[in-house]
Amino acid sequence: MMKVLDSAVPVACWSCSVAHNESTLFCPHCSKIQPPQVGDYFSVFSLEPMLNIDLAALEQEFHRLSRRLHPDRFARATDSEKEWSLADTALLNDAYRTLKDPLRRTEYLLKRSGAEIGEEHSGKDRRDPSRAPADLLEEVFDLNMQLEEMRMGRAAGEVDPQLQKDLTEAKKKFDGLLNEVDRDLRELWNAWDEGGEAERKAAQNTMVALLDRRRYLNNLVRDVTETLGA
Amino acid sequence: MAEGKVVGIDLGTTNSLVAYMQGDKPVVIPGVDGSNLVPSVVALDPVALDPAVAGNGRPTVTVGNSARKALIETPERVIYSVKRLMGRGLDEVRSELKLFPFRLADDVEAGEVPRIQLGELRFTPPEISAYILRQLKRNAERFFSTPVTQAVITVPAYFNDAQRQATKDAGRMAGLDVLRLVNEPTAAALAYGLDRAKDGTIAVYDFGGGTFDISILKLRDGIFEVQSTNGDTHLGGDDIDNLLLAIALDEIHSEHGVDLRSHRGAVQALRKSAIDAKIRLSSESDAHFDIELPNGDRYQREIPREVFEVLIEPVLNRTVAPCKQAMTDAGITPEQIDEVVLVGGSTRIPAVRKLVDGLFNLSARGKKAHTDLNPDEVVALGAAVQADILAGASKSTEELLLLDVTPLSLGIEALGGVVARIIQRNSTIPASATEHFTTGVDGQTNVAIHVVQGERELAADCRSLARFDLKGIPPMMAGLPRIEVKFLIDADGILQVSAREQRSGKQAEIEVKPTYGLTDEQVEGMILDSFDHAEEDFAKRLLIEARVDAESDLAKVDQAKSNHAWQILTGEEQAAIAAARDRLIQANAGEDAAAIRDARVALDQATRRLAELMMDAAVTEAIRGKTMEAAGEELSDDISAPHPMAAAEFK
Repeated sequence: MMKVLDSAVPVACWSCSVAHNESTLFCPHCSKIQPPQVGDYFSVFSLEPMLNIDLAALEQEFHRLSRRLHPDRFARATDSEKEWSLADTALLNDAYRTLKDPLRRTEYLLKRSGAEIGEEHSGKDRRDPSRAPADLLEEVFDLNMQLEEMRMGRAAGEVDPQLQKDLTEAKKKFDGLLNEVDRDLRELWNAWDEGGEAERKAAQNTMVALLDRRRYLNNLVRDVTETLGA
Repeated sequence: MAEGKVVGIDLGTTNSLVAYMQGDKPVVIPGVDGSNLVPSVVALDPVALDPAVAGNGRPTVTVGNSARKALIETPERVIYSVKRLMGRGLDEVRSELKLFPFRLADDVEAGEVPRIQLGELRFTPPEISAYILRQLKRNAERFFSTPVTQAVITVPAYFNDAQRQATKDAGRMAGLDVLRLVNEPTAAALAYGLDRAKDGTIAVYDFGGGTFDISILKLRDGIFEVQSTNGDTHLGGDDIDNLLLAIALDEIHSEHGVDLRSHRGAVQALRKSAIDAKIRLSSESDAHFDIELPNGDRYQREIPREVFEVLIEPVLNRTVAPCKQAMTDAGITPEQIDEVVLVGGSTRIPAVRKLVDGLFNLSARGKKAHTDLNPDEVVALGAAVQADILAGASKSTEELLLLDVTPLSLGIEALGGVVARIIQRNSTIPASATEHFTTGVDGQTNVAIHVVQGERELAADCRSLARFDLKGIPPMMAGLPRIEVKFLIDADGILQVSAREQRSGKQAEIEVKPTYGLTDEQVEGMILDSFDHAEEDFAKRLLIEARVDAESDLAKVDQAKSNHAWQILTGEEQAAIAAARDRLIQANAGEDAAAIRDARVALDQATRRLAELMMDAAVTEAIRGKTMEAAGEELSDDISAPHPMAAAEFK
């Protein structure tokens, strides 16, 4: 069902033996695909690590590279080339998926710069009220009570229309807060991309806090949506 | 490596097809009987017991239309809809078998790939599929007069890892190098997009016999980029047949006091009437049942289209949620969809078209869903386009590229049975994720990882893919080893895993226990014809195959003479059959495979009415509850059993 991948790293091009820059996907001399390198998502697209990027250009480059790297282009190639094409395309796809999305891009870039960002939890601790942002503590506590009430009501086969209305209102409010966070994040992009070291550091710390807040809000909204839609 | 033609195969629940690129157009390759559709039905030949005929130590089987005929005569030796059993575990197959008239081999143990009892032999689902694939391969080889060893095979977009792997295994058993598995809706989009090459967003609504898929694609400069996919692997035309059947059975019971539910063969025959009515209602405003009952009564019932539409509404509505989810996941509204493509036999139903129109707000925007390609063939045609892309030898497809997604999220079971998602659904494939693991106890040398697929929060609610045992970790203090595991979903949507202990730099040894599926060795042992690989013997092989087929045809014709239906034929018809039979005997004595093939076609044509009469007789007998009693023993009396007579008549 599954096979184990492994590949060695040659120094020169495996095909024409001409030495080349290690980070290249194709041999500049003979154009043959090269064994994959441990890739940085920005370098895959030959981009500077910045938060502001040109999405149209990113997509164009993604398509251009896909045309050359995709396993469909290597269906009748050697086993090694097939394996490299697979690894390279996976890296390309992972990179594109991360960079095209503003949040994933921000998280990736901050982590890459050494910031500690919480992991996405799908378990029950995502509802842990102690992880709530301080200014929302009380509201989150109330909301969790209402959610619990709603779930119990549903289990018993009855829905309190007032409760439903309250929850819908709450969802709207938290959706609004999410949008606020997104806007605040975006506003910090320039400071991070172009600021001096101190400004950059400050922007980074603020963004890390915003991302934590966002993750918490997002889980809340998802909970409310799930409970309302159940 | 052989650089022959690469064919595209649609391995369907009810019908299968093989197609190839003829110049810049994909075309379906017809079978020996001239039909494009090969019913996905496999019958174990009664002659299989004769070692002289069986040859090669393998049972002989019949695939397609002739196997369908055998269903009436020897149902215990026939299997259909095997696609529903592919890549499924024992428990799943058990619940599926409530809907199927087949027997599970009685010696199957938990953890094994289930085997189906067919006559005196037992087969795994991939083996059965391999017989269908081999038939398609042979059809293509006869057509080209050269060996065919490479293929693209389509699968439902919503197929999971195990179902995909099982399909690939079936290809290998059939002697095919499966270059790629392609998702059915994506293949359909390729077939459509080939002519148009227009940029825009396309939705493919694929409602077939047993499965429903929805895919949303962005088309740009020849790149088909799937944005999202969703579906239901247990939703199709079968569900509609079941509704009609249930009504007929209830009414026959209440109005005529006859409970046909206990007549197993009768239920199967009545199902054929229900399917006929369904098909008729796609073009006519009403259909009717007119059936003679065992007590001499007639069951006559008009079914106006309006009644039919109210009846099937709940079934059709089940396609709505997946469509909406797919649009949400793609981040688009119905108005942003430029074109909608309809695929699958069930999209011929006017009510389905109406639903699709509303769902994507089409007529209000002056648009219409695309139906110009035959919905039964479009997937195979698209597979042929993808085959041509992979062959890389043609101008017409060199600018095309398909970027598909994984339909289900991939996760790892974490502490407390919770799923930690590592690759989200709708990620473009190939996709990868790297995770780090460590030990919990001092000196621990093994780490177990449980990989699951699905969207639920608890691992127990997702589908188990495999358990990995990372072995040979150097003994260290707990928490000190750092094992990097790379999960990679390849272009076929199948998972590959590699691991490395980073502190020692040692490649960790992985023992994989797939939850469902065959081992490499098992697949190797199930390869159908070892002589398939001897290409120099190709002509000889064609001749041997043609002779085996001819012998089987001749035996069937001789057997049919004792059937009551033979007496109904006119003297002229009988003489025509006798002449065609003589011609085949003569051709079979010669060395020309093509001549044998032509003689078989002629005999098939001459016996067409005979075959129909035999089928009708069997169906009538079954309704009367007489002769089918015995044959029906093996058939399930569960009314929801889907029937293989479904789509071959769809035109």
